[in-house]
Amino acid sequence: MNRIDATFAKVQSAGRTALIPYVTVGDPSLAAMPALLEAIAVAGADIIELGVPFSDPMADGPVIQRASERALLQQVALRDVLAVVHDFRMRDRTTPIVLMGYANPIEAMGEKVFADRAASAGVDGVLVVDYPPEEATDFAQLLHARGIAPIFLLSPTTPESRIAAVAALARGYVYYVSLKGVTGAGHLDTADVARRLADIRRHVRLPVGVGFGIRDATSARAIAAHADAIVIGSRIIEEIEQASPGEAAARAGHWLAGIRQALDSMERKRAA
Amino acid sequence: MRMADLPGAYDLPDERGHFGQYGGVFVAETLIRALDELKTQYARYRDDTDFRDEFEYELKHYVGRPSPVYHAKRWSQELGGAQIWLKREDLNHTGAHKINNCIGQALLACRLGKKRVIAETGAGQHGVAAATVAARFGMECVVYMGTEDVKRQAQNVFRMKLLGASVVPVTSGSKTLKDALNEAMRDWVTNVESTFYIIGSVAGPHPYPMMVRDFQSVIGRECLVQMPEAAGRQPDYVIACVGGGSNAMGIFFPYLMRDAVKLVGVEAAGEGIATGKHAASLTAGRPGVLHGNRTYLLQNDDGQILETHSVSAGLDYPGVGPEHAWLKDSGRAEYVTITDQEALAAFHDCCRIEGIIPALESAHALAHAMKLAPTLPRDAIMLVNLSGRGDKDMNTVAERAGLQFYCRPECDPSRR
Repeated sequence: MNRIDATFAKVQSAGRTALIPYVTVGDPSLAAMPALLEAIAVAGADIIELGVPFSDPMADGPVIQRASERALLQQVALRDVLAVVHDFRMRDRTTPIVLMGYANPIEAMGEKVFADRAASAGVDGVLVVDYPPEEATDFAQLLHARGIAPIFLLSPTTPESRIAAVAALARGYVYYVSLKGVTGAGHLDTADVARRLADIRRHVRLPVGVGFGIRDATSARAIAAHADAIVIGSRIIEEIEQASPGEAAARAGHWLAGIRQALDSMERKRAA
Repeated sequence: MRMADLPGAYDLPDERGHFGQYGGVFVAETLIRALDELKTQYARYRDDTDFRDEFEYELKHYVGRPSPVYHAKRWSQELGGAQIWLKREDLNHTGAHKINNCIGQALLACRLGKKRVIAETGAGQHGVAAATVAARFGMECVVYMGTEDVKRQAQNVFRMKLLGASVVPVTSGSKTLKDALNEAMRDWVTNVESTFYIIGSVAGPHPYPMMVRDFQSVIGRECLVQMPEAAGRQPDYVIACVGGGSNAMGIFFPYLMRDAVKLVGVEAAGEGIATGKHAASLTAGRPGVLHGNRTYLLQNDDGQILETHSVSAGLDYPGVGPEHAWLKDSGRAEYVTITDQEALAAFHDCCRIEGIIPALESAHALAHAMKLAPTLPRDAIMLVNLSGRGDKDMNTVAERAGLQFYCRPECDPSRR
């Protein structure tokens, strides 16, 4: 069983919601990554999403755009992202790593070369924002063949007729974009998310993660009541950008631990 | 490959928007439904008589079409070779070809019941055209424009504001057209239910490259009729500048199946291809994915999109419409480059010899015609798409020329 499936099996048998933090590789710096990843793993990340910096992050709000720009100022490239994963894997054999980014850096490396290198670095899943399933059949196949999960987005505008088609290609989990907008936006409607998750679950057996717009313990708990996993990105990056480079790991870890605690207390309540 | 070698008629793109390996729909999931809806509705209205009649009515009475073809006799004579004919898109309402497409998309937006339109703009011509149709059809309009372009195209910013649009300066990335497009996409993803995104070029995800081409192909269809009437036959060459490539696709498309007509797209070589300061994606780029489609892109080895340079803001874009990528690979069209300096020289010649102030974008096509004309016999015919007028470029040209304008000898007071 791959690490993502194993993680969800463990989390679900414990009656918990998985916590998936997102950070951009190279923000605040490449040198800071080992400590940052360790800090968020210790703080309770079940899976870690790593953003691959791109010059034109069209689906991202200003916070993740800035993270991408800071990384690109240091010339952080896809091969550096893979090196960060490789390094992390030497120390952590269990926490799944999912890469999230845009198509062009992968195409520039070559899809097959990328799939090979990602597999040997220890990547568990790949989400390419601008590869909808229609354009990603071959790519998903390359990933499958190497035991990497292709992760796809579902959105509030995805018609029910399409959900099954998306799910057919997906492995690991599906990522429900909780609002119409970019990452980090602030108009999350929990009741709407709950309704949509019910629709999705009629067609999808995989765990459903929810992201875009989760900003604090309250929104995390509200979504966690319905989702198998919650994804938090922009809010952690705000912690990182407000910290001095030396303190980024500790500050991100501290903030995430607060969310973990909020989720766990809720889950204890649910169990009791 | 020649079109004659293709099986059947030219029928690209395919159902999913592919021109060979190019084009497609490379967007985040949230936009898929809107694009599917647009595809379905456009397929419905494309052949709808009422829609076509209304489009043609607006083009005639509001835009001022057909735009004439004009024989640049003095210039042709001075160059001593082929005859240069100009397709006068500069005479359109708002001063460029951009309005053709905006009318088409605005009519579609009305039928889809969208009350709000957004647009990206580089030189500001598409922004002005979008703001114009928004005023004409009573829609809210937001135009995204890089802060660099806001600075160099201040007059167009003012025009858009006069027309009631709000202009949002974009400060991310290179602060030019590509970043304006990113920001417009972000707006669209957020307001997808209420908003129609009027893309200004034959770029973006399917069906935009096809749809914009169809709306712009009025340019070439008119030429097909006008050239035999005015020049006695179809041209040997059709020449147009290529940034995103909408004016070029518009004039090329009706000529694609006519193999005898050579199609030449002119990209911006900026300060020279070797300097890296240019915007020639077909000439110096590699295929990749940006802004919803696969096409030639200016990018570094890591797949990051490069900042571009051109004296003309409208050509300052690191990608190009996917159909041009296909036409290049297939050999049906040829793509060449012209530097800032060559374009400026052509700009001044066109003002001085023909009394026409061209847009700096169009001046690239004129500059290539100037190079080519002397190498061809006098009975050869070149048709150049004069895609826009140069009023918007006064500041840029004045700065470059150090305010040293040409003075006709007989007007020079010191010579009297």
